[in-house]
Amino acid sequence: MSNNNISKEHENYLINIKRKNRNILLTQISIFIVGLCLWEIAAQFKWIDTFLTSYPTQIWKLFLSYIKKGNLFYHVGISVFETVVGFLVGTLLGMGIAVLLWWSEFWAKVMDPYLVMLNSLPKTALAPIIIIWVGAGYSGIIVTAITVSIVVTIMNMYISFTSVDEDLIRLVNTFGSTKLQILQKIVLPSSIPSLISTLKINIGLSWVGVIVGEFLVSKAGIGYLIVYGGQVFKLDIVMMSVFILILISALMYKVIAILENKFTRW
Amino acid sequence: MEKKIIVEINNIGMIYHSLTGETEAIKDINLSIFEGEILGIVGPSGCGKSTLLSIIAGLLEPSSGTVLINGHKVSKSNRNIGYMFQKDQLLEWRNILQNVVLGLEIQGKLTTNNYRIAREILENYGLGEFIYSYPSQLSGGMRQRVALVRTLLLEPDLLLLDEPFSALDYQTRLAIADEIGVILKNERKTGLLVTHDIAEAISLSDRIVILSKRPASIKEIIQIHLTCPEGNRTPLRCREAPEFRHYFNKIWRELDVHV
Repeated sequence: MSNNNISKEHENYLINIKRKNRNILLTQISIFIVGLCLWEIAAQFKWIDTFLTSYPTQIWKLFLSYIKKGNLFYHVGISVFETVVGFLVGTLLGMGIAVLLWWSEFWAKVMDPYLVMLNSLPKTALAPIIIIWVGAGYSGIIVTAITVSIVVTIMNMYISFTSVDEDLIRLVNTFGSTKLQILQKIVLPSSIPSLISTLKINIGLSWVGVIVGEFLVSKAGIGYLIVYGGQVFKLDIVMMSVFILILISALMYKVIAILENKFTRW
Repeated sequence: MEKKIIVEINNIGMIYHSLTGETEAIKDINLSIFEGEILGIVGPSGCGKSTLLSIIAGLLEPSSGTVLINGHKVSKSNRNIGYMFQKDQLLEWRNILQNVVLGLEIQGKLTTNNYRIAREILENYGLGEFIYSYPSQLSGGMRQRVALVRTLLLEPDLLLLDEPFSALDYQTRLAIADEIGVILKNERKTGLLVTHDIAEAISLSDRIVILSKRPASIKEIIQIHLTCPEGNRTPLRCREAPEFRHYFNKIWRELDVHV
């Protein structure tokens, strides 16, 4: 339908919806700004102890000085690199293992109790061991990030693979399909929605692995900045790091959301 | 009989094993299906109709007996059977054209000529303007028609219809059953139709097999002769035939339903 022949009533309806959406967005932004302002005012009037809470303008100044010195990009770059590698390897490896388990029911049953145990174990508890084994550098941190995301990936993807409609498999069997064809043409494409939701979870999990790893290794990265700031009681460094962390992980989440739109157009 | 036998089912028996024991699902079924006929199968729920279809399709090995299609034992390599399910089983991520060529693609027969044939059949069945649409954009009846095209493209010797209309709402169901019935007759396809709907079975089938409760065996085979008004037989019009009610009552009695 073209826009020039809509009824008055429909026009009002559309305006109403737009107004509602705008109000939601405005309120969201206002909460953020009011929060920042209150924080700043409370700090200026000494209602709160700025040693413990820091305050927005100070964090901003610190942010600018870190940019000027160039350290910020170094630390953020390292963390992002570790997260992206950990995320990709964890997801791909997890997918691969899930495919193998789907292929062999025997091994799926054999591995089941191990997966359940690994899944309930907080993987960050393994971080010190991993860092000693693999090395106190990027590699140890990346492996930590992988262990955090891989188990969830295996379990989610395996469940999704095995929940494909039985009749659909029967249908392609009547076409005489091989197991590899069933995987390629039916099982993998029908698991794309599960894959996307797993990716969304894994972004957060990989960050958990990286930050914990950086806490322990304490050489570089956003996790290092947070630990360093905490130890020398410069909470503005901690606050700045957390803000940057929020920003970057939200950005990564957005990238996945764009991928989702692209791959689930049906 | 000079009619050619397409499917020969000899002494089929099927026993399912589970940890709690064994269940006999099918017992001593002997049946021949002739070329060009539609054979209806009705029976109480859970009597093993779907098991029988799976065995005929070669998806399930029977405990005893053999199934011959065109004189050959069914096996994974030589089967040429079309199977239609309750749900249309279209792949949501493929457009209509990609969906109907799925079977050809799996069998490695995707040629430009086959693509052309696929388009032609889609056009003929009123789906021409939806070739590049996705299944979610089609109504339930149209989706089931797409599933039929996908099945017919492989030119199967035998069509197995496993309650293919039962997921549709009643009006669509009547319309689609009518349409598909006419298509199957025009294409001279041999079909095996499993259904719960007695009226649907009578209107579409040339013969109806009534199965007993589990273990399923053949209780009776009824030849359907309907004098349809206006000569040309379509399933929907045949419901007005004077014999219709008589067949309905007979099958109903044979099914012996107790609630």
